[in-house]
Amino acid sequence: MKITDTKELEKIAKQIRKNIINQVYEAKSGHPGGSLSCTEILTVLYFNQMNINEKEPKDEARDRFVLSKGHCSTALYACLAERGFIAKEELKTFRKIHSKLQGHPDMNKLAGIDMTTGSLGQGLSVANGMALSSKLNHDGYRVYCMLGDGEIEEGQIWEAAMSASKYHLDNLCVILDYNGLQIDGTVEEVKGLENIEGKWKSFGFHTIMVDGHNIEQLIDGFETAKMTKGKPTIIIAKTIKGKGISFMENKAEWHGKAPSEEEYKIAMKELE
Amino acid sequence: MNEQIKVATRQSYGEALLELGKENENIVVLDADLSTATKTNLFAKQFPERFFDMGIAEQDMLSTAAGFATCGKIPYASTFAVFAAGRAYDQIRNSICYPNLNVKICATHSGVTVGEDGATHQMLEDIALMRTLPNMTVLCPCDDTQTKWAVREMAKIKGPVYMRLSRLATPIMYEKEQNFEIGKAVQIGEGTKASIIATGDVVFEAIKAKEELEKQGILVRVIDMHTIKPIDKEMIIKCAKETEKIITIEDHSIIGGLGSSVCEVLAEEYPCKVIRMGIKDTFGQSGKAEELMTYYEITAENIIQEVKK
Repeated sequence: MKITDTKELEKIAKQIRKNIINQVYEAKSGHPGGSLSCTEILTVLYFNQMNINEKEPKDEARDRFVLSKGHCSTALYACLAERGFIAKEELKTFRKIHSKLQGHPDMNKLAGIDMTTGSLGQGLSVANGMALSSKLNHDGYRVYCMLGDGEIEEGQIWEAAMSASKYHLDNLCVILDYNGLQIDGTVEEVKGLENIEGKWKSFGFHTIMVDGHNIEQLIDGFETAKMTKGKPTIIIAKTIKGKGISFMENKAEWHGKAPSEEEYKIAMKELE
Repeated sequence: MNEQIKVATRQSYGEALLELGKENENIVVLDADLSTATKTNLFAKQFPERFFDMGIAEQDMLSTAAGFATCGKIPYASTFAVFAAGRAYDQIRNSICYPNLNVKICATHSGVTVGEDGATHQMLEDIALMRTLPNMTVLCPCDDTQTKWAVREMAKIKGPVYMRLSRLATPIMYEKEQNFEIGKAVQIGEGTKASIIATGDVVFEAIKAKEELEKQGILVRVIDMHTIKPIDKEMIIKCAKETEKIITIEDHSIIGGLGSSVCEVLAEEYPCKVIRMGIKDTFGQSGKAEELMTYYEITAENIIQEVKK
């Protein structure tokens, strides 16, 4: 499945947003802010870029995706349901006992999840292992890894960045969901992350800056990454936390809480 | 037992890994800038394309190993025990054990027998940390023969394995033909005065104590507990029933290690007194391995005293 029509992809993104709000409302917990910020990124990956097959989720030749910011599992499940990996009905079980849809992604509970994540900072190293494996076997599959901007405060991310660069992992494409917010405030206040692009450049990455809610820019970014040889690429996607729901946009407090009944109704109306 | 030939288990590991690499091309090896000390350099020299030096970045190394495992590779990742089980604990927990990935963590330089490097490098809590993790198998071989067996055997297990190795050269205790089985301890001797349950580099001390006691007419048995998890419950209960005393000895903290494992089994199955020999809730220090073993009271002489008490 490769959808190239931008309007069609935007429609899917909107449906994913609805799924996200529904899941979080039903579970009465979860992470809507960072899920809504990465919605277009996931839409483009799963409906336009990645070589995957919902009928053969374990196909060895498939492209891999590591959601290093595992708390945004909400968005991943919402996307996998639209893509046919999960029955939509199953989304209602999110975060409930015995569900395949754990609070953070579990690769052994749900086909379509390539790596169990949750403890921040580890996914890029895992993605490197997958990319190295692909190169070792000449399998040719690509590896995608999404990081949160707050997440890159973890030192291991930079250990992994050095490794990706050392091994010239041009089959690896990292996406940074740069929404600028984390639980305790802005990423700049909490840790002082700037200059983000400069940091990745100096670690040997090809950097591409895009508007993370612009489907065309995202597609262009991924296509450029594919053509980049000899070094890994990072797409720094400027996004808005809580994107699409007026009262959630750019509010750190919506990192990890569920809407009330009234808020839920407003949110769903805004997504009509 | 050949007391003349002494080999450190890290050396045996390096040699066995090289042999395994020749037979199985799915084996990949990762190290964190210690390949000359962990002896993965033997593999690296022969198979440079399957060897990955991740630099001084143990967390990155173990998570990368997890990534390899998701793609069907069998990664063996090595560094000193303190940096594997300690520094990268969260990576081992969340990215290896929870997803039950096929990663073999081979940690060298455990215990006070590390010697001169001192307390920061003498890992005394790794058995405790690793055995609490679901899905994990914990091995602690005592000599060259057993280590070489363990390196091959762990490749057959589908899931994470932690192997604890030593820097100190110890005598080869087993003949090449000796059969081992994961989860089945080796009983040496039939004595009933005491059971000395030992693991890793102090198994040799236990055997020395047994031989010395025999000369004095005191018959004990040694239990080589090369697998800490799954622990050999049957053997522990059998020894508690058949012998007058249960003594455990390890080059590890007495909290959470072999001694604790034995106590857990006996408290539930056959309550009796257990004497735990090992490092008694303290950090190590610099010194020669033999001096430190004497100071921390984990020698054959200390065992003999405990048996005679």
